[in-house]
Amino acid sequence: MGEAAVRAGCRYYFGYPITPQNEVPEYMSGRLLQVGGTFVQAESELASVNMVIGAAMAGARVMTSSSSPGVSLMQEGISYLAGLELPAVIANVVRGGPGLGNIAPAQSDYFQATRGGGHGDYRTIVLAPASCQELCDLTFKAFDLADKYRNPVMIMGDGMMGQMMEPVEFPELIDPADLPAKDWTITGAKDRPSRVILSLLLNPKVLEDHNFKLVRKYDAVTREETDWEEYMLEDARQVVVAYGTAARIAKGAIKRVREMGLKVGLLRPKTLWPFPDKPLKELTRVVRQLLVFEMSAGQMVEDVRLAVEGQAQVHLYGRPGGVIPTPDEVAHQISHYYYQAGLMDKDQPSGRLGGAA
Amino acid sequence: MKKVFEAPKSLKDNLFHYCPGCGHSIIHRLVAEVIDELGIQERTIGVPPAGCAVLAYNYFDVDTGEAPHGRALAVATGIKRVLADHVVFTYQGDGDIAAIGTAESIHAANRGEKVTAIFVNNGTYGMTGGQMAPTTLPGMGSTTTPGGRDVVRDGAPLDLTQMLAEAKGSVFLERVSVATPKGIRKAKKAIKKAFQVQLDGLGFALVEVLSPCPTNWKMDPVAAYEWTDKEMTKIFPVKVIKDITGYDKD
Amino acid sequence: MTNKMIFAGFGGQGVLLMGFITALTAMRQGKNVTYLPAYGAEVRGGTANCTVVISDEEIASPVASNPDYVIVMNNPSLVRFANMVAPGGTLLINSSLVHGEIKRDDVTVVPVPLNELAHELGEDRSANVIMVGALAQATGVLSIEALKEALAETGLGKKPKVLELNRRALEVGANTARQALAKEKSA
Repeated sequence: MGEAAVRAGCRYYFGYPITPQNEVPEYMSGRLLQVGGTFVQAESELASVNMVIGAAMAGARVMTSSSSPGVSLMQEGISYLAGLELPAVIANVVRGGPGLGNIAPAQSDYFQATRGGGHGDYRTIVLAPASCQELCDLTFKAFDLADKYRNPVMIMGDGMMGQMMEPVEFPELIDPADLPAKDWTITGAKDRPSRVILSLLLNPKVLEDHNFKLVRKYDAVTREETDWEEYMLEDARQVVVAYGTAARIAKGAIKRVREMGLKVGLLRPKTLWPFPDKPLKELTRVVRQLLVFEMSAGQMVEDVRLAVEGQAQVHLYGRPGGVIPTPDEVAHQISHYYYQAGLMDKDQPSGRLGGAA
Repeated sequence: MKKVFEAPKSLKDNLFHYCPGCGHSIIHRLVAEVIDELGIQERTIGVPPAGCAVLAYNYFDVDTGEAPHGRALAVATGIKRVLADHVVFTYQGDGDIAAIGTAESIHAANRGEKVTAIFVNNGTYGMTGGQMAPTTLPGMGSTTTPGGRDVVRDGAPLDLTQMLAEAKGSVFLERVSVATPKGIRKAKKAIKKAFQVQLDGLGFALVEVLSPCPTNWKMDPVAAYEWTDKEMTKIFPVKVIKDITGYDKD
Repeated sequence: MTNKMIFAGFGGQGVLLMGFITALTAMRQGKNVTYLPAYGAEVRGGTANCTVVISDEEIASPVASNPDYVIVMNNPSLVRFANMVAPGGTLLINSSLVHGEIKRDDVTVVPVPLNELAHELGEDRSANVIMVGALAQATGVLSIEALKEALAETGLGKKPKVLELNRRALEVGANTARQALAKEKSA
């Protein structure tokens, strides 16, 4: 992730240590030195995200990273980034919560990331990679999206992705000097009138106009940037909906149940906001059963239910607390609901894996 | 005819919204004059706070970026790290810099961020309606300290500038007052020096300005100026608190 | 072809490094790999394990429910992981330290007396490298040559003397496993 950020032209990183993402600031502290960038270990997450605000105002590609409790502290700044329309990348390596929770991989910050988290009418673009290669690719893309829409972009990973290693092919290094110039930054009022970047709009009509302008932007993001992966959907009678690490585990489970003849596929949101509700709704024309698998107590399941508008059964397999279920455990859930709904072929032997745990 | 007095170039042609007798108008003007005199308008970036001076961007004719309450010095750090050859200043009230933003202030000073902070101390939360500030004097009235500030109940006033003197990265710290013409002249000198410290890349510089708030103090302007000069300076003495610039040998 | 393996033992036994070298070697041999470490909050003396998946296809889950190979470096790991080995899979155990009873008759057991072998080599710390050699022999997926290059890449074989020692450690491990497997077959 760090290397991908540097290659995307990010030369500024501000952060505060928190497990399980310390590899990122440690890497950036050395790597940014090599490329003439700046790394500052701030006194808190509050300070880091506000340094990000400053660097973004000055026109730089900038990022911070943290884990759940730290990202809670950054919500104020993320609201300002959205209100000030500043591009920035925030990575959340999610751990178990609430409170201090633990340091195990979790997905329990879904609501915080996709519903705002901070105050006000705003949206954060949320990307959910599922492999090291995708973590690299989506980090790279996050900077482009942030600049394109002048909006904060969050990368939602988890402790497992933070620790896992896979081979990765990196994109070419971008020289920040080659990036398109921005015409809204505050870089000194030389040969032009002075500029102000603000989010204080005391006149309700003016703020309403600003809010609607943001809404139009969010509509454009939804139209243009919604992204998802389809896996073995062609003949699927049940579709698992999972993202990130959970989707990897679900794929393993689907391979297993496919060997037993169960027709199960996966829809994996790659953007959590905007959420791929259209393809999900589309699916319900042929698929009657969805199983949401998430490493949280039931958060994304709400978006799935909203998306299908009652046109399919939506079941939840939620494992919070930093527990990583094995593919077998997920396969059990898949087959349980599959058989319960009578989705198997008439001549199929009942090789069921067992009931819901 | 020769023009002997005009508005500073670095101030926009807008009327101040500040209350009659408020110190902000004077301090704005002093900062603008300094920016003009140093010829740095084109490369100066201001970071206004939350508080009465939140609208400072309506007055300063330089690029400005608004910071969340208390975070001005963190935002300024971000800007200055990207634009090292520019001049970055924050303009913060006592609640902003010495209560909600204490951590950001101390650490910016400790890192020796090459920025200039203008700290306006009027002993009250002006914009929200006169609640107790970290700098409210003992016995002084506020809307949240019935019977006046009781140091046992409410704590004593916090001398942030003195605290910042301990930070290794702070280079120049001075407390001034705009309650008297003489004080205003000294204040301008101090502000100019605090910008010079940044131009010379020496480290963190801050000027604390004692400033009257007649409205929330429930005094007329004349009494408020007198009170600033006589009473505030007892707890917050006007003086150079730290100076390792090496500029003045006297 | 997909091989899933779990390496387990005490922190400090070089458990994560074993997995890392295995994954790195497979990657250099052009395979798809995932390496997933898991460890306690303590740096030394806690439990440590990692999962490595090596495949010719895209790897679905980096988590293994039923690994094909389990490398057991201490007794607690035997208790925890012995039952997870897939039927027909292989259990490689550090027989110097692991003395628990193995109740499975559907898996191949390869005992490697690591501590003694490492001591004979003159470097007690080479135990984990010996085990990687044994694993290479058991899986047939990793080449000893590629392992040596991976060791050099991780900085464990830059000095000629260390490289030579690790090369011998790999061979000792491979030979031990070869003999154990032959014995198992004839039994």
